Amino acid sequence: MEHLAEALGLTQTLELLSLSPPGWGGNLLRGLANSLKIAFGAFGFGLVLGLLGASGKLYGGPVLRDLLAIYTTVVRAVPELVLILILYYVGTDLINQAAAAMGYGRVEISGVAAGIWVLGVVQGAYATEILRGAILAVPPGQIEAARAFGMPPLMTMRRVTIPAMLSFALPGLANLWLIATKDTALLAIVGFSELTLETKQAASSTRAYFTFFLSAGALYLIVTLFSAAAFRRLEGWARKGQPSLKRGTT
Amino acid sequence: MTALRAFLLPHRVVMIAVALGLVVWAAVAMRWDWIPKYADLALLGIWRTIWILVVSVILGFLLAVPLGLAQAVGPWYLSAPARGFCTIIRGTPLLLQIWLLYYGLGSLFPQFPWIRESELWPYLRQAWPYAILALTLSYAGYEGEVLRGAFAGVPKGQIETAQAFGMPRFTTFRRIWFPQAIQSVLPTLAGETILQLKATPLVASITIVEIYAVASRVRQDTFIVYEPLLLLAVIYMIIAGAITLLFRWLESRVPVKSR
Repeated sequence: MEHLAEALGLTQTLELLSLSPPGWGGNLLRGLANSLKIAFGAFGFGLVLGLLGASGKLYGGPVLRDLLAIYTTVVRAVPELVLILILYYVGTDLINQAAAAMGYGRVEISGVAAGIWVLGVVQGAYATEILRGAILAVPPGQIEAARAFGMPPLMTMRRVTIPAMLSFALPGLANLWLIATKDTALLAIVGFSELTLETKQAASSTRAYFTFFLSAGALYLIVTLFSAAAFRRLEGWARKGQPSLKRGTT
Repeated sequence: MTALRAFLLPHRVVMIAVALGLVVWAAVAMRWDWIPKYADLALLGIWRTIWILVVSVILGFLLAVPLGLAQAVGPWYLSAPARGFCTIIRGTPLLLQIWLLYYGLGSLFPQFPWIRESELWPYLRQAWPYAILALTLSYAGYEGEVLRGAFAGVPKGQIETAQAFGMPRFTTFRRIWFPQAIQSVLPTLAGETILQLKATPLVASITIVEIYAVASRVRQDTFIVYEPLLLLAVIYMIIAGAITLLFRWLESRVPVKSR
């Protein structure tokens, strides 16, 4: 291994990327862990918001529907970076006011929680549209049948609507998950030490820009490719028993 | 007129009134006294945002056409690199790409004396060529994937007919294949262009003073947090609305296929 590295002139690169302190590999992996934590949290929070939003848009009253339309339109028209700043300041202000009202001092908000909150709200808008479309694609007779059996709304959701819509929603959700992993990079601009910011710090203190940015790119790419494969399997599982749309020739 | 009446349901009238009330409240109660001081800079920032958007979308689209063609019908030695390029661009964050090009190339170029002595060097020392390059490559990567589907989706018979009439290959492409492919993806392109607009504030992180950077500067200079950000959000929404209208106009000019 060492001979190979020497032959390729990569010894220095490997030293820079080594996991123990003079190398920066450990920092990159910590950054990646933070990124993934936020991506998971934001995706989950976004799914919950999306499920609520989709039910509101489909079954809610006219006022709720219009408010949700404003939410999804605004979030999809304004850059994530601007939304992140606005939501970050709003979130910290609200929490600090609440803390002051309860007699505590200023509260430091953890970067992970703030990241999950802001990216989750953004993801929620996209998830609302994806899930709404998917729920509309479920044959209405299935949901009506559940109601006719006297199933309570939540149980209908859990046992009928969600399993039946999953195969329609998964392609969109896979895309959304990829957006979530990539959007965590935006938190670098507000100073949260996820993978991209760790990379920039490593790169600017060693001046080895290409080494670090390319290895971070490789890490992101690995995450992307792995999750794409995972979602393909998941979709295959959700489509179990459905007739394939593929024809023999095309 | 009837459309307007159908839109103005009672609850919507109330909501519009509430929204107007909020706007009036914001205009009166929030601080806007910084606007005159920064107005010139803000206009320059908006101009730069639009300029970066237009240039990167046009160049990116021109690059996306060969990428899409290579993936749709190209031989493997063209389609494999094109697919790899699209996967890499779509699989990594744009911010990372911008920083890689700006800091990476920016630290690499000065090491070559012939680059420093070339005519281009004054430009290569500035940030905007890297911003345009990164945004162009990103748009090309996403659109290459969109156009792959579009080119592959044009019915084969159309192209065969053109060839049967003895049309040269390039004319077939220009008059038959390309227009039909574009027609089918215009709505997607509208959405992607808005995504591109939403990506432009990232170039503020490499010292380009566009509208997002102006808002950040106001925040840092005056410690006013919400007002510049809200105005910024409104500006982006207006630009996004303009893009939507532009593409709707484009779509209305395309003759609809009669089925």
